[in-house]
Amino acid sequence: MKTPKSLRRIRTLLASIPNQIVLILFSILSIYPVYYMAVTAFKTRPDWLHNQFGLPNPFTFQNITDALIKGEIPLWFGNSLIVTVASLVVTTVVSALAAYAIARFRFPGRAFYFNMMIALMVIPPAVLILPLFVLMVNINLINKLPSVIIIYSGLLIPFSVYLLVSFFRSLPPELFDAASIDGCNNLDMFWRISLPLSTPALVTLIVVNALFVWNELLIALVFLQDQSQKTLMPGLTLFKGHFTVNEPLIMAGTLIATIPMILLYLFGQRLFVEGLVAGAVK
Amino acid sequence: MLEKKLSTGTGITFRKIEPYLYLAPATILVVLVFLYPIVDIIRTSLLQNNPDGIKTFGFTNYRLVFEDPVFWQALGNNGKLLLSVPILTVLSLLIAILLFEHVRGWLVYRGIIFMPYVLAVPVVGVTFGYLLGLNGIFNTLLRSAGLAFLAQNWLGSVKWVLPSISVVIIYREMGFGVVLFLARLMSLEKEILEAAAIDGANFWQKHFYVTLPQLSGVIEFFVVVELITMLSWVFAYVFVMTGGGPGFASTVMEFYIWKHAFAFRSPGIASALAVVLLMVTTLLIVLQLRLRRRSLEEGA
Repeated sequence: MKTPKSLRRIRTLLASIPNQIVLILFSILSIYPVYYMAVTAFKTRPDWLHNQFGLPNPFTFQNITDALIKGEIPLWFGNSLIVTVASLVVTTVVSALAAYAIARFRFPGRAFYFNMMIALMVIPPAVLILPLFVLMVNINLINKLPSVIIIYSGLLIPFSVYLLVSFFRSLPPELFDAASIDGCNNLDMFWRISLPLSTPALVTLIVVNALFVWNELLIALVFLQDQSQKTLMPGLTLFKGHFTVNEPLIMAGTLIATIPMILLYLFGQRLFVEGLVAGAVK
Repeated sequence: MLEKKLSTGTGITFRKIEPYLYLAPATILVVLVFLYPIVDIIRTSLLQNNPDGIKTFGFTNYRLVFEDPVFWQALGNNGKLLLSVPILTVLSLLIAILLFEHVRGWLVYRGIIFMPYVLAVPVVGVTFGYLLGLNGIFNTLLRSAGLAFLAQNWLGSVKWVLPSISVVIIYREMGFGVVLFLARLMSLEKEILEAAAIDGANFWQKHFYVTLPQLSGVIEFFVVVELITMLSWVFAYVFVMTGGGPGFASTVMEFYIWKHAFAFRSPGIASALAVVLLMVTTLLIVLQLRLRRRSLEEGA
């Protein structure tokens, strides 16, 4: 009895070797650029010049401290943080209210509104920037953080509404009937039933949207041209222009910018997966 | 309280307008960020400067756009990027199926392969700028494999710049595909696959005839999302890695719109370009509406 079983195990193990090889290969490819960024950030420039791919020798924190002290990275980091948090607050509140209306009420124009949201997910931001630029100049918000906060909040609404509608619809209607008998009005039910029961969906949405705002380049580049108002992504691209002679310093900058998202990913991998898969897989 | 008071006299009207109150804040932002700009670019694209200094409506901007070889090149470049969608889809499917086959450590593999999707495009772009450079890892590997004659400046070559950018996009987007397909695979009924295995189907037969047909919905979804990406979300790759060059070899529509709007300061042309890009994406809007609504109906 024992031998065939262990034999079978060895056979399945052997059979999975080709799979393992392919997966290991793709894992190396996936991780290599991050490895390169991380090791380069801790190298001296002379070391990097003749030892591009190995481990740092000597190991130095100079680039990280330089990036943090000499450059404007802490300032840009702060701006990115403000923009991300503010955009997420606005878009989540506004989208939750709209999604609640679409999921809970029957009213003329409901289907049209929902279809419009789905359609707007496809619009390229590049199409919208010129009129928005003129508008922001006219209302004197250009080079100010609120300009991009407004734009990001708006851009995120279609996807957020879409995701929340599909979630709100899955809540049992009996809960709302019972609350209605107990004298709750619709706004009460929004706060006391829909939102609390949707915490997983809301967290997922916030994580996915945070990734978008933190990493966005085009809008930040166009609307925040003032050095002190920049966010990390346009800041880093410009940083590269200024310091092309010091590659390890640039990699230190990109590493600092990447750490928050890597941390978010490590702690909330499940949430990313759920958010991105939502709507596609049922 | 408010509703009670209102319900005595104006209850019916309040009930009628109530949903619109919930929609109001989102609507204001959507009008401001999407609808107003779309109307405005259409208007601006049709405005033309006449020799006498008076602005009138006409198609001059569109004529200039269609006579501009760079416009056609940019549109063609987006078209070439679309060609990487099938490669991306097949690779993602392959990895997802391998992970699904209960390999040891699949969670670790999934975690690693999905990670590039979390990285910012500018970060990926700057890093690949070094990796694809003259003395980057690609060329070093080629040289050590005795293929030094193939080594070159990948992002500086008219011929290789777009394929190189495609590779970088595939690198980042593949994680999304793998996770998406794997999630769908795990929701499949295992009995059918087991039955196929018992009937003697080999690995490829089993997945080609049994798994793939069941994945058709999610494959369609991924392809549409990626087609949208190749048309609407590649600005950052191009801006960071090549600046649209060499020449205009990697200029895409988004980049050309941005260039006309902010570098050449020609709002009319930029708007006409934007309208053309909008028209191209309209086809995708139709696909998107079909897919998203279907998946929502199935789930409801």
